[in-house]
Amino acid sequence: MKLKLDKKDVENFLKGLIEGYDLYAPAQLTEGVSVFKKIDRPEEVNLTQPVTQKPAKEAFFPQSEVMFRYEEAGNRGQVISAEQTKRDRILLGARPCDIEAISIIEKVFTGEDYTDVYFLEKRKKTTIIGLGCNHPLSTCFCSSTGGGPFHRAGSDLFFTDLGEAYFVELLTEKGTAFRENKFFKEADPKDLALLKELEDKAFQKVDGSVPVEGIEKRLDLMIESPFWDSIHEKCIGCGVCTFLCPTCHCFDMTDEAVNLKGQRVRNWDSCLFPIYSLETSGHNPRPTGRERTRQRLMHKFNYFPKNFGRVACVGCGRCILYCPVQFDIREALLYASARRAKGLKGKSR
Amino acid sequence: MIQQKLREKAKELLAKKEVDLVIGFSDWTLPLRTTPVFIRTPEGAERLVWNSFCENNLAAYLHKFSRLKVGLVVKGCDARSVIALNLEKRFPNHPPLLIGVVCQRLVDRKKVKKAVKGEILHAVEQGDLLLVKGENFEVSLKRDDFLYSSCRSCIHRTPHQAHILIGDPVEEVSLVEAHPDVDEFERKSSEERWKFFEKETSRCLRCYACREACPMCYCGECFVDNSRPKWIEKSLSPSDLAFYHIVRAYHQTGRCSGCGACERACPMDIRLTYLTQKLNQEVKDLYGFETGIQPEAAPPLSTFDPEDHQEFIK
Repeated sequence: MKLKLDKKDVENFLKGLIEGYDLYAPAQLTEGVSVFKKIDRPEEVNLTQPVTQKPAKEAFFPQSEVMFRYEEAGNRGQVISAEQTKRDRILLGARPCDIEAISIIEKVFTGEDYTDVYFLEKRKKTTIIGLGCNHPLSTCFCSSTGGGPFHRAGSDLFFTDLGEAYFVELLTEKGTAFRENKFFKEADPKDLALLKELEDKAFQKVDGSVPVEGIEKRLDLMIESPFWDSIHEKCIGCGVCTFLCPTCHCFDMTDEAVNLKGQRVRNWDSCLFPIYSLETSGHNPRPTGRERTRQRLMHKFNYFPKNFGRVACVGCGRCILYCPVQFDIREALLYASARRAKGLKGKSR
Repeated sequence: MIQQKLREKAKELLAKKEVDLVIGFSDWTLPLRTTPVFIRTPEGAERLVWNSFCENNLAAYLHKFSRLKVGLVVKGCDARSVIALNLEKRFPNHPPLLIGVVCQRLVDRKKVKKAVKGEILHAVEQGDLLLVKGENFEVSLKRDDFLYSSCRSCIHRTPHQAHILIGDPVEEVSLVEAHPDVDEFERKSSEERWKFFEKETSRCLRCYACREACPMCYCGECFVDNSRPKWIEKSLSPSDLAFYHIVRAYHQTGRCSGCGACERACPMDIRLTYLTQKLNQEVKDLYGFETGIQPEAAPPLSTFDPEDHQEFIK
């Protein structure tokens, strides 16, 4: 069944979601800066920014999360569980790249050897409403990494902005549960035609030529390549690309304690920080930007495919857009694939 | 013209082996931007560009390349950072050779993006105009309406102490009377100031792009990274964010050139320069000292003079 949601009904639709669920959706923190956050009022939701600054992974893997608390009890210690994820959740307005990234992170957090309850609880309780990309940016290259602006895998429901309404597709069991939602109406054949048109147009816009295929094998031979000597030069070693990356999932755990009371917290960490790999002895196996930049790229395009069968990049372009010095991952991939980077230079793409 | 001269000079320096490396700017993949480029051969000098999008302070790279003889492309503010670093005796063996370019003030790409609807795919400067194109639009904007606030209030556009100067020295005047961001901040009550500061810092990711983009942030170990003792927690609590941002700003007192590279580096558009510029103003008022102007004057916060202002000691 093909459905749609009229724009004039969106506010009430959102109200319904907020009442029944914990709703996570993109919201502006200031003009032009959006993140996924828990929504309290419908007007907070902003579905217009093609790529939010922070990715949707935050709904499952927050930047900072309390794992448990502890305190003195009598002459012993006592551990107190952190708040559980009680209500069902909705993640609304995540783009196909971010949703693909969630399934990538899921491979790590729900692997054979270990299961991360914090991630899994939230994942199980969440229904994902994806949003198609009518206007992909010139930095988007999802079609190069196995996705696409209307890639539906991972979404339970999928929305497409038709102008006056959202086209609504129910894709999974979790999605079909919304069939009776009173704001969904039957779509016309012309809505379907418009959807097709938008989809084709968007697909043509996205760069599908970034050489990702076969990258794992090429990098196998490159661990000591002089390539790394030059590629890292302009990197200043901040954490922008890793923190804003939808697939980066490294974290660090610390105890925040005052006197006899404290909490264990996990926070996002970045392989580009010198202290990330600093050992207790004082030795740092990745002492310079060369090794750290190499780690970032090797993890995404070599180690991850070896361990989990696909590259840990979804082509969202955030690392390109927000890098303070324009380190362009497409450039790195082009170099690594032994094609000349010249094709990129000076072009606005 | 300036760009051509810049390329020629860089080429000459590399050909005569006066420097091992020239660090400058080059065009790259995004409009309204340039990228830092590292040139080792005379032929490579052709990659250098000069325009209003040369937004990084390249002095930040000097720490990484301190073993090489570096020719550094600098604007007025960047040169001041190098002078401040020299005062701190950072590069005793290989002081960088400064290729100074008289700066025309830089264009704030975020401001330009907000002025148009849709993605900007192409942008060029043409005299006083900025021609900006996207898929369905083409506009020409007045360049001067889209300058960084740190650039609007800048008076030192001619690089001091440059070994090579490209462009004619310009009169030391600013476009505005006071730094617009400092001015705006000072008009607020102390409650409003705190609220503003908290709102801005609440978006912080602790990615430390502001720290890494700054030439003056070169501590071997930043206090936020030190775990023995632990000065600060790693999460995003308002007190930790405030702590980081206050210490970062205060550590710049009497050292900041006001280039604004920290603010440009921030992916979350957090305003930062109102704090550092305010501190610069205080240092100027109290000690008559401006960062990177007098190459011999001792930095006021690293020295003691019995004549120093002491009213704050009650």
